[in-house]
Amino acid sequence: MAVNMVNKATKATDTLIGHDAWNIQLDKHGRLKHFLTTEGLGSNILTQILDTAESFADINKKSIKKVPLLRGKTIVNLFFEPSTRTRTTFELAAKRLSADVLNINLSTSATSKGETLLDTLQNIQAMHCDMFVVRHGDSGAAHYIANNVLPNISVINAGDGSHAHPTQAMLDMFTIRRNKGADFGNLRVAIVGDILHSRVARSQIHALNTLNTGDVRVIAPKTLLPAGIEDMGVHVYHDLEAGIKNADVVIMLRLQKERMTGALLPSEQEYFQLYGLTEDRLLSAKKDVTVMHPGPINRGVEIDSSVADGPNSVILDQVSYGIAVRMAVMTMCLGRDQDKDGEK
Amino acid sequence: MNNIIIKNGQLIDPANNLNQAADILVEQGKITAIKPANTITTHHETTTIDATGLTIAPGLVDCCARLREPGLEHKATIKSETMAATKAGITTLCCPPDTDPVIDEPAIVELINQKTTDSAHSRVVTLGALTTGLNGNHLSEMNSLKQAGCVGLSNSRNPIENTLILKRAFTYAATFNMRIFIEPDEHWLSTDGCAHEGLIATRLGLKGIPVSAETIAIARALELVAETNASVHFGRISSALAVDMIEKAKNEQLPVTADTSAHQLHLTEHDISSFTSACHVIPPLRTLRDQEALRNAIANNTIDAICSDHQPHNIDAKQAPFASTEAGISTLETLLPLCLRLSQQTSLTQSKILQKITYSPAKILNINAGTLSVGENADICIYDENEDWQLSVDQINSQGKNSPFIGWNFQGKVKHTIINGDLLFSDTKN
Repeated sequence: MAVNMVNKATKATDTLIGHDAWNIQLDKHGRLKHFLTTEGLGSNILTQILDTAESFADINKKSIKKVPLLRGKTIVNLFFEPSTRTRTTFELAAKRLSADVLNINLSTSATSKGETLLDTLQNIQAMHCDMFVVRHGDSGAAHYIANNVLPNISVINAGDGSHAHPTQAMLDMFTIRRNKGADFGNLRVAIVGDILHSRVARSQIHALNTLNTGDVRVIAPKTLLPAGIEDMGVHVYHDLEAGIKNADVVIMLRLQKERMTGALLPSEQEYFQLYGLTEDRLLSAKKDVTVMHPGPINRGVEIDSSVADGPNSVILDQVSYGIAVRMAVMTMCLGRDQDKDGEK
Repeated sequence: MNNIIIKNGQLIDPANNLNQAADILVEQGKITAIKPANTITTHHETTTIDATGLTIAPGLVDCCARLREPGLEHKATIKSETMAATKAGITTLCCPPDTDPVIDEPAIVELINQKTTDSAHSRVVTLGALTTGLNGNHLSEMNSLKQAGCVGLSNSRNPIENTLILKRAFTYAATFNMRIFIEPDEHWLSTDGCAHEGLIATRLGLKGIPVSAETIAIARALELVAETNASVHFGRISSALAVDMIEKAKNEQLPVTADTSAHQLHLTEHDISSFTSACHVIPPLRTLRDQEALRNAIANNTIDAICSDHQPHNIDAKQAPFASTEAGISTLETLLPLCLRLSQQTSLTQSKILQKITYSPAKILNINAGTLSVGENADICIYDENEDWQLSVDQINSQGKNSPFIGWNFQGKVKHTIINGDLLFSDTKN
C-alpha cells in the first residue's frame, strides 16, 4: 500500500494547466524569444521594442537601408491567410536586417492536400531556419506552433484568428509615442469598430494598458463587442461622439463586409451613419487628435476620405513604422547571443 | 464460474443506505449473502478477496460514454473501452446513439451487444435515436428499439429544429414509457463555438458558446414535458442557470432528471487559458460560479447522476490550434477518482457521491444495477480509498489518451472489479 504522503489538495499540473500562456514568449533570462501576443509581457519588453524600433526608423530613411545584424539567419514567412501589406513589411524588415527570407503561402498549397499543420511545420523546419513569421486563421495557432517547433526557432505572430496581432499593436504604440510622447499616462485612446472579431484591438488593449495609458475606450454597437470586454481594462461606449470626446488618439478598425450577413449589422450605410468617422464628428476629439487605422481602409464605411487623408491622419506613417517595429522584434528574438550563454 | 467471497471490506451501498464492515458471498453470478465482517467461512472452491482496508461498492454505472464503435474504430473500440471501464470499476456503460451508423434500428443494437459479449468485460446498454439518422425530422421506430434493448432515446447533440416534431417525439416515446435523454443545445447559438462565452474566450479570441445555448434548449424541453408528461433526462449540465431551471421543474413535480460530467466539477474556463486543447469539451468548461452551482446541485440532488462523458480521441485529433481540435476528454479512468476527490474536497460523503455513479444512474437508465442487494447481479467495484497515485499516460487503459488530468494526484484506486460474478480485474501491483 502506498505511503500516505501525497497532499490531495495539490495537483502536479497546477504549474502546467492554467499556467500563463505568455511565459513561453520569454527565454530563461527573461528576454523576448517568441512574440505571440502583447498580453503578459512587461512594460520593460514593450518599451525595449519601441526603443529598438526608434533606432531602425532612421535607417529606413537613409539611401542605403541595410544593416548586417541578421546576416546568415533564415526567416520564413508562413502565411496561412492571404496578406499583402503585413507580409511585405515583414519581408522588407528581414531583408533590411540582411536575413534570408522565404515566403511560403500555405492558404492554397499544403493544407489543401490534407497535410496537417504539424506535418507542414516539421517539413519546413527541416530546412534549418531560425524564425517563423506566422499568420493563421485560427486563434492560438501561433502558440501552437511555438509549442511545437524546435527549441532554437523563434516564432512571431503575424495575426492568429481573433486572438492577437502583436506587431501591428506595437507599431501603433510606436506611432502614438512619436505623435504624443513617451508618457501614455495622460492619454485618452479610443478604438472604434468591430472589436468582436479584431485581433488588432485585443493586442492594442493589452499594450495600451501595459504602457499605463490613462483612458482606453472601445466604441461599437453591442453586437460587435465580445463578452466581458470591460474586464480587459477598457471603458465601453456605444456612441461615437461621446466615446471620442477629448480623445488624444482615435483608432478606427476595418469593418469586414461579411459582418452584414451574420445579423451583426443591418447595413454599411447605417454603420457609417453611426460609427463612420467624419470631419464633423472628429471635432469632439481634441484639436490635435491623431487618427489611426491598421488598414486596409474602407472609405465611406468606417472612415470618410477627408479624415483618412486629412491633417490628423497618420495612416501612411503607420505603414512605414511597421517596418522598423518588425525589425526591432526580429533582432530582439534572434540577436540573443544564443551560443554565449547556452540558451536554446 | 467461480464463487467468490469478499472478506472484511467496508461495504457502501447507497441504495440500501448501508455503510458497514461486511463479507459478501457471490455464487452463480449473483450476490447470495451479505453478512457482518469475518462471518462467512472460506472453503476451498471459492476465490477469496481480502478486502481489509478496502471499500466494497456497487459496480459503477456510467450514463454517458462514447465507445467510438461502430464508425470511429481508429479512436477506440468496444473491446478497448469496455476493458478500460472494467479496470476503472465501471461495470455498466451507456452508449449514446451518435455512432456511425446511428443506433436507429435493432441491427445496430444487436451489433453493439454482440461486440460487448465478445469483449466479455463491462456491460454496455444503448440509447436509441429519437429520430431516424438523428436527422431531426422523422421519428425512429421507438418500439422496435425498445424491444431490441435500448434503455432510452436521444438525439445526442443533433438538433430537432421543428418544435412540433420534438413534441410528437416526446409524446410517442411516452406511449412506451421510454425516457428521453437530452443534451441541451440550441445549435444556432453554439455552432463553431469552442469555449464558454466570457472573458477567457474574449481574451483568447475564441468563439464563445453562451449559457443561453443550454438554457433555451432546456426551457423548450421543459414546456413540452409539462404538456406531454414525457420523462426527460438532461445530460451534461454545465451552467448555474440550467441547475436553477431543473430545480424549479423538480419542485413542480415534473418527471425530469439530470446529470453532469465529472470534469465539469473540477475544471473551469480558466483551464483553457493556455489554449489547452485537452480541455476543449462541449459543453464548454464554464465559470467558477457555475462549477459551484453544479457541486451544490450534486449535494441537494438537483443533479441526480455524474457521468464520465467519455470521448476517446486519437492523438491527431488534439494536435492543432484550439478551435480546430476535436472536443472531448477521455475520462473512464478518472470517473471514480474525480468523484472521490469531490468528496475529499467538500462535505459530500462517499456514500452520497457513490449514489451518483451507481444506483441513481441505474434508476435513470431503468436497469437492474448499481446496488449490492442479495439476489442482484454481482457487479462490484472494490477500491482502496486511501491509496495515493498519480495519473500517467500509461495508466490510461482507454485507447484515447486525451486527458487533462495526466499528472494529477488522486487518492483512491480501484483494486478489484467483479462483473456478473466474474473477477475480471485485480490490481496486482501490491
